[in-house]
Amino acid sequence: MSKKQDKTEVETTGHSWDGIEEYNNPLPRWWLWTFYLCIVWAIGYSIAYPAWPLIKGATTGLLGYSTRAEVAKDIQTFDEMNAGINAELAAANVADILPNTPLGDYATNMGAAVFRSNCSQCHGSGAAGAKGYPNLLDNDWLWGGTVDEIAYSIQHGIRNETDDARYSEMPRFGADEILEPEQIDQVVEFVLQLSGSEFDSALAIEGAVVFEENCAACHADDGTGDRDFGAPNLADAIWLYGGDRETIHESVSEARFGVMPAWGQRLTQAEVNAAAIYVHTRGGGE
Amino acid sequence: MSSSDSTPKLYKAREPIFPRRVSGVFRNLKWIIMILTLGVYYVSPWLRFDRGPKLPDQAILVDMANRRFFFFWIEIWPHEFYFIAGLLIMAGLGLFLFTSAAGRVWCGYACPQTVWTDLYILVERWIEGDRNARLRLHRQKKLDFRKARLRVTKWIVWLLIGLATGGAWVFYFTDAPTLLVDLVTGNAHPVAYGTMAVLTATTFFFGGFAREQICIYACPWPRIQSAMMDEDTLVVGYRHWRGEPREKHRKGIDTSGLGDCIDCMACVNVCPVGIDIRDGQQLECITCGLCIDACDDVMDKIGKPRGLIDYMALTDEPREIAGHAPKPIWKHILRPRTIMYTGIWSLVGFGLLFALFIQSDIDMTVAPVRNPTYVMLSDGSIRNIYDVRLRNKHGEDRPFQISTTGSDDLLVDIEGGEDQTVLVPADGTKLQRVYVIAPAQSGPATSDRTPFTMWVTDTTNDDRASTETVFNGKGN
Repeated sequence: MSKKQDKTEVETTGHSWDGIEEYNNPLPRWWLWTFYLCIVWAIGYSIAYPAWPLIKGATTGLLGYSTRAEVAKDIQTFDEMNAGINAELAAANVADILPNTPLGDYATNMGAAVFRSNCSQCHGSGAAGAKGYPNLLDNDWLWGGTVDEIAYSIQHGIRNETDDARYSEMPRFGADEILEPEQIDQVVEFVLQLSGSEFDSALAIEGAVVFEENCAACHADDGTGDRDFGAPNLADAIWLYGGDRETIHESVSEARFGVMPAWGQRLTQAEVNAAAIYVHTRGGGE
Repeated sequence: MSSSDSTPKLYKAREPIFPRRVSGVFRNLKWIIMILTLGVYYVSPWLRFDRGPKLPDQAILVDMANRRFFFFWIEIWPHEFYFIAGLLIMAGLGLFLFTSAAGRVWCGYACPQTVWTDLYILVERWIEGDRNARLRLHRQKKLDFRKARLRVTKWIVWLLIGLATGGAWVFYFTDAPTLLVDLVTGNAHPVAYGTMAVLTATTFFFGGFAREQICIYACPWPRIQSAMMDEDTLVVGYRHWRGEPREKHRKGIDTSGLGDCIDCMACVNVCPVGIDIRDGQQLECITCGLCIDACDDVMDKIGKPRGLIDYMALTDEPREIAGHAPKPIWKHILRPRTIMYTGIWSLVGFGLLFALFIQSDIDMTVAPVRNPTYVMLSDGSIRNIYDVRLRNKHGEDRPFQISTTGSDDLLVDIEGGEDQTVLVPADGTKLQRVYVIAPAQSGPATSDRTPFTMWVTDTTNDDRASTETVFNGKGN
């Protein structure tokens, strides 16, 4: 705008490329100081904190700071914070811990963590189980679905070496030649009939007799099973190993022997109780 | 800036600026805006608003610990953060609008850096005197008692203002009266003291010493703004065709061939960024209008019309040189660009208002559990599990009931509750495991996916909210 443009013309460096000249706008001096200050800060920082890589590890720094120690401190802090409620949880009778109470909510959340670290390897991260590993979301229980029964199963396990483990053993009707092959074919057809699947009625009539003489003692006359022996209900829609003809034939012939460790030897009482409450609140709890 | 050395200098020291006192329209406007902005900033945390016994009674509260934002009757939860995003978009568009219409008005009047610097300069003037006194003090090499006393007094007042600034900031984040007592008695959280210390230090340094250096070197906004200004944008300019050739009006010289500018340097002396507006538009100029006030004052004294320095647009220059009347201000402001900015700005504003009015006190988020997608029960029926987050914005616990519509075959059950009802805590949420069951052989059980609607009802007043979700069957 001004006619006195010459007065404000910025000095150029004298460099020129294709007629384009370079302005010489000097940086403010404080900018330089800030830059030096950053260097000084960096030197101080590398002395105070872990910084310089060595052959093994790095310099530790005068302040002795380490992220690993921070985590350990955090964990310790939380452990101390939770010590009271953990003791309460360990001492409580699991059946008395009610949902929608602070203790119940704590137990459910803690149980979820315990379950993911210890149980999900077999039962699945969603607790839906797999072949031979029970689905914990449904309402079918081998050894009982009350929170007390679940806590016992977790504490002592199933068919393991400990004295208090839940234990039963199904005879290997085929492999040990307890039943004739044709008797096995017959009883398989009867079991298919029990569960409402398609079956051969001629064989099933014979199979009913075989079942009553060999199987009913544990699986009950109507095939609904017996939780005292962990004998599955054969009359419902749920199969642990599979409900088709071939799989049932294999189960009768070879028998099944599902094992679960006694988690009480490895987990604290609070963790066992928490896991029991978590499993009980997955939808099938009784 | 220019040096006669043949080797160019790489760095230059800051030239201290001692703005002279000025009065006029724009100075008054700046005083009013300063009182308003600082008033709102310092007073807001102390306003009270009754929300009932279980909620805080601070009218404006950013409750980080409980993830709540309170603004009088409005309460914003983390999932409603789009309100904040919307406000930020409006603030951004507002800046675009004002910049394209009237240049750097934000910089000149409302920016905290400008407002606090203005306040600091005011304090400086009260204690050390106006421009000439301050210049003398600056040039006085010897540190005598008077200089030390003035400097220390000024710094103490600056520090107190800085402390009040940092102090007011922390009051927005927790109950102000409680925090004040805690601060004074030494019981407040270290974060409060730390924040106050940092803000005191930055206010003291930015307002007292860095001043225009922040605007020129540190702030990105001036660079962005230059992309938003055009030839119709109002900026502070000098009518050189009226003022030149400039000359001091001494006794006995012929003034007939001279311009209106008497080269009195009033415009330069009042400038808070230390430029000469007569050199034309410059990067440093924050368009605060103080040079207009200063020049108008001089023009009145010498009996010349006001407006030698004035708010005007680039297009005014050729028009006025050609002898046309200046274009009215409103014609500069009303143009497609500013109208479009206003339109978008209003659109976002109305959208936010609409969202605010349909905001419900009861809300749910439904996450179908897909691990596994369904569970078969012993009687062959199919069950789906949903993790439902229930939100209760009332100041008291409320019973919420879950139900479904969209398929008659679906039954609802919830974990740990009866009658599909659960108590949700006051101003809180509850993660509820909800079971939806389809009997064996029913439509939803045998088909792949069945869409349905899940409802939550507040049984105390029948308020309802719903979410569309889907039921996974075992398929054919």
